[in-house]
Amino acid sequence: MYPSKFDYVRALSVDDALEKIASDEEAKFIAGGHSLVPLMKFRLATPSLLVDIGGLHDLSYIKDEGDHLAIGALTRHTEVEHSQLLQAELPMLSYVASLVGDPQVRHRGTIGGSVAHGDGASDLPAALLALDASMIAVGPSGRREIPAKEFFKGFLETALSPDELLVEIKVPKGVSSWSYKKFNRRAQDWAIVGVAAVKNGSTKVAFVNMGSSPLRSTGCEDALRSGATIEEAAERAAEGIEPPSDLNASSEFRVHLAKVLTRRALEELS
Amino acid sequence: MSILGNKVLRLEDPKLLSVGGEYVADLKREAMLYVSYVTSTVAHAKILEIDVTEAREISGVVAVYTADDVELAPMASMFRDKPAMNRPFLAKDRVRFVGEPVAMVVATSYEVAADAKEAIFIDYEPLPVVVDPEQAFSDEVVIYDEVGSNKVTTFGEITDDSFFDGSDVIVTLKLRNQRLAPAPLEVRAAMAYVDQDGRLVFYASTQTPHAVKAELSRSLSLDATQVHVITPDVGGGFGAKATQYPEEILLGWAALKLEKPVAWVETRSENMLGLGHGRAQVQTLTLGAKSDGTIVAYRADVIQDSGAYPNVGAFLPMLTKTMAPGIYKIPKVEFRSTSVVTNTTPIVSYRGAGRPEATEAIERALDVLARRLNLDPVEVRKVNLIPADEFPYNTPTGATYDVGDYLGAVEKLMERSDYESLRREQAERILHNATKRLGIGVSTYVEITNPFPSSEFGGVELTEGGGLLIRSGTSPHGQGHRTAWSMVASEIFGIPLEKIEVITGDTDVVPHGVGTFGSRSLQLGGAAVHEASVAALSMAKEVAAEMLEASPSDIVVSEDGSGLAVAGVPASKVSYAQIYEKASELGRKVAFETDFKAANSTFPFGAHLAVVEVDIETGKVKLLRFVAVDDAGKIVAPLLAEGQVHGGIAQGVAQALFEEFSYDPDGNPQTGNLADYTFISAAELPSFEVVHQETPTYLNPLGAKGIGESGTIGSTPAVHNAVLDALAPLGVEHIDMPLTPMRIWRAIVDSQG
Ligand SMILES: Cc1cc2nc3c(=O)[nH]c(=O)nc-3n(C[C@H](O)[C@H](O)[C@H](O)COP(=O)(O)OP(=O)(O)OC[C@H]3O[C@@H](n4cnc5c(N)ncnc54)[C@H](O)[C@@H]3O)c2cc1C
Repeated sequence: MYPSKFDYVRALSVDDALEKIASDEEAKFIAGGHSLVPLMKFRLATPSLLVDIGGLHDLSYIKDEGDHLAIGALTRHTEVEHSQLLQAELPMLSYVASLVGDPQVRHRGTIGGSVAHGDGASDLPAALLALDASMIAVGPSGRREIPAKEFFKGFLETALSPDELLVEIKVPKGVSSWSYKKFNRRAQDWAIVGVAAVKNGSTKVAFVNMGSSPLRSTGCEDALRSGATIEEAAERAAEGIEPPSDLNASSEFRVHLAKVLTRRALEELS
Repeated sequence: MSILGNKVLRLEDPKLLSVGGEYVADLKREAMLYVSYVTSTVAHAKILEIDVTEAREISGVVAVYTADDVELAPMASMFRDKPAMNRPFLAKDRVRFVGEPVAMVVATSYEVAADAKEAIFIDYEPLPVVVDPEQAFSDEVVIYDEVGSNKVTTFGEITDDSFFDGSDVIVTLKLRNQRLAPAPLEVRAAMAYVDQDGRLVFYASTQTPHAVKAELSRSLSLDATQVHVITPDVGGGFGAKATQYPEEILLGWAALKLEKPVAWVETRSENMLGLGHGRAQVQTLTLGAKSDGTIVAYRADVIQDSGAYPNVGAFLPMLTKTMAPGIYKIPKVEFRSTSVVTNTTPIVSYRGAGRPEATEAIERALDVLARRLNLDPVEVRKVNLIPADEFPYNTPTGATYDVGDYLGAVEKLMERSDYESLRREQAERILHNATKRLGIGVSTYVEITNPFPSSEFGGVELTEGGGLLIRSGTSPHGQGHRTAWSMVASEIFGIPLEKIEVITGDTDVVPHGVGTFGSRSLQLGGAAVHEASVAALSMAKEVAAEMLEASPSDIVVSEDGSGLAVAGVPASKVSYAQIYEKASELGRKVAFETDFKAANSTFPFGAHLAVVEVDIETGKVKLLRFVAVDDAGKIVAPLLAEGQVHGGIAQGVAQALFEEFSYDPDGNPQTGNLADYTFISAAELPSFEVVHQETPTYLNPLGAKGIGESGTIGSTPAVHNAVLDALAPLGVEHIDMPLTPMRIWRAIVDSQG
């Protein structure tokens, strides 16, 4: 597969990146390229200019900021997977990152790219949604913080505007227990359904691949709030959700999987 | 001590693992042009118009050709009575499957070619589509008007129900042996140019270089002497590269027309649709037996999907027929198959090619029978085995099994797997109503290798410095013939492997050959090298005898293998280098060429056992253990044999659990890339437990049978049986492959009403 013709420039700084992206309406950032390049090869994305942010090493970090952890957008999945800080403070994120694709994908793909791409089938966005993370973006009109719940809008659609750069992801501490269930057929596959469950005060449950964007299970969360048992809450997991059908799973099977996996995840929380 | 039977490391690997192989895609020539094909996006349609004007104007586009520009007769087919079904090089008035080439673009780069393809507009008038082979059988939608029916060919006949007279119980089942994509790591590729002498030089990624040469010379009306085919390293073929494709042959045509080097390397997405597919049978099976499990009669009625243009796939049910009874002594066997065309990618041979379908059928049928009779599946197999003292054994379907020890294989399997304790653990889990159930599946197989007894070329020559040059008509694409043929010759001469060169795949150097498919290479090509080595050694002995003033019959290979000596007089010795020189002085060559022809096919066999864990809530299957007893006669190169077994098992497991090439009802491919076509990886597999058994055949001097396909043949039904064994207590009787979580979940839900 051969992409259509495009120009390529390297961003030297965040400001430089913002300037370059503004220079061309059809321009796109490229980080790890592991979501964008496949689309370009199928000619489903045809940017005229690629602004490579892969060299912005300042945006690759994992920091302890007291009540939350801050992860730079350019941090690769493998760094999230192996970070000692995360393994101590937020092991869930390391675990979820370890399930993304295969080692090659994890060495190229970035957490910022995964979040900015906004694919409902991706692992990290749903985990961040359950963790009540927020995204920091900078653009021509300055810096803003967007809660995960408002960030993921629809199919490959996020709250970012095309000239905004995602720079950081903030994840609150205080997770007392968690579970992540990725259901797939082969080790390196995308999730057919994934469930992220987090206990941080209340219990939050988010789904991978149950819709066009990562989703919170309001049915399950409501049930738990009103004192339902795990079985009862899991039974309500897919309430109001109409998951897609594909070769791996019909909508009906996805609903079934969501319930089973939610039950198993909640059982692990305790 | 013999080198044969030792775990010699592959001589091919240092290069492949360091600097890398040289594949067709690596070949560069000055002023080379790149070819890409515009392929049909619809499954069945009339072509009303092809507009290439815009594409021709794109800078860097050298030529765009459609069927009107290519004045070549369609490709030849083995079904001579249906010339209307011969495949055109480019679709002319009709397209018959998604992926069928319609136009050829020649450009200065693949990128330019891709742009040009987007600027070619084809006006299609859609026609009714037939994808399902059973529907094709009904002839409601016919895809060749001239023929008036979708039926290509029929093998065998079936009679009426009195066929099963004398049975206490009759079981029937319907199996879909699904369509698979071979998906070799190296896609199809070719490069062609005209040399200074005006000959067509053609580099091919193929399993059959001499057949490529023949097809080029036939299609392009060239004298055979004017075609030179070279096969560099090939990254897999699995049988599908034993067929010549229009996209390849047309490259030769373009090279001649443009008088420039032209290259074609397809993309993965093109490969998934353009390279032939495999399997694709619908089988209706009936088995009659006595209440102790003794089989009385077996019938298989098969519809073979041939894809849009009948190729070797339409013929493969012939092998399914031959192998239908498996390793069992079945008094009466009936087989009928009908091959039909559909609006899908043509079916060709794919690892096992007709035999996995036979094994899957009888092995599933036996499990259904065992369950009906409430007998252990292993016991039902044991009562029906062909006893070891009845070989050579003539089957009711026309095969002569050479040698076998079937009971030996089954018993080794039981012992190694600790079958009894597996059954205990299974019962334990059922008792505790566990979510993760255990399934144990057994299958046995016998398969036919070198299925159409043919011959293969081998030449062995002593070279300057005392080395050997081997030339072989086989065409390795991962098997390791360089290693094996060197071992075979070294065994005779004593010459170390490093001093042996092996040439394959160059039609100027290897005068003729058949190629590598059907697990034929060792038993024919290896045997030819063996015979040529024996003959060349006796020529060397004659030269040595003159040099040492002894009788040729007293000359033996020296103990260190560096030359020949007089028996019992080690000091009286000449080196191979000296022998070469002496022979040259005398104007002689120590060289021998032969074509080894076996009197018959050989029949490797074995028994496989799979242990699976099935999550009955999600339908996910985990393969916990795989035990394989394979008997392919004498094992010449154990490391290579084991590699074949491992890869074969992996592919067979993949058919049971993961792979299916599927189409929607409009004939649109649903699994046209490797994200959707879920082939297996090491992570889904346990370490295989491989048990050896050797029952040498008398059909070649090496005592060897083929082992390239065994793993694929035995493992699919073992895993299929294992999953259904786990689900039986839940009332599930049948699920078609691949056994995906969704299908398993569905079956459980349905069986519980
Ligand atoms: C074979 C394979 C398997 C995979 N399996 C999985 C899997 O199992 N689970 C999973 O979750 N993912 C999987 N992925 C996707 C992988 O995680 C990607 O790396 C990730 O989704 C995108 O990250 P990236 O850095 O490669 O982004 P890119 O491809 O570079 O960019 C993706 C999109 O985000 C935009 N973008 C990137 N960075 C920024 C930024 N900082 N600010 C604003 N916009 C930005 C780009 O413009 C582009 O539109 C797989 C990918 C492959 C190729």
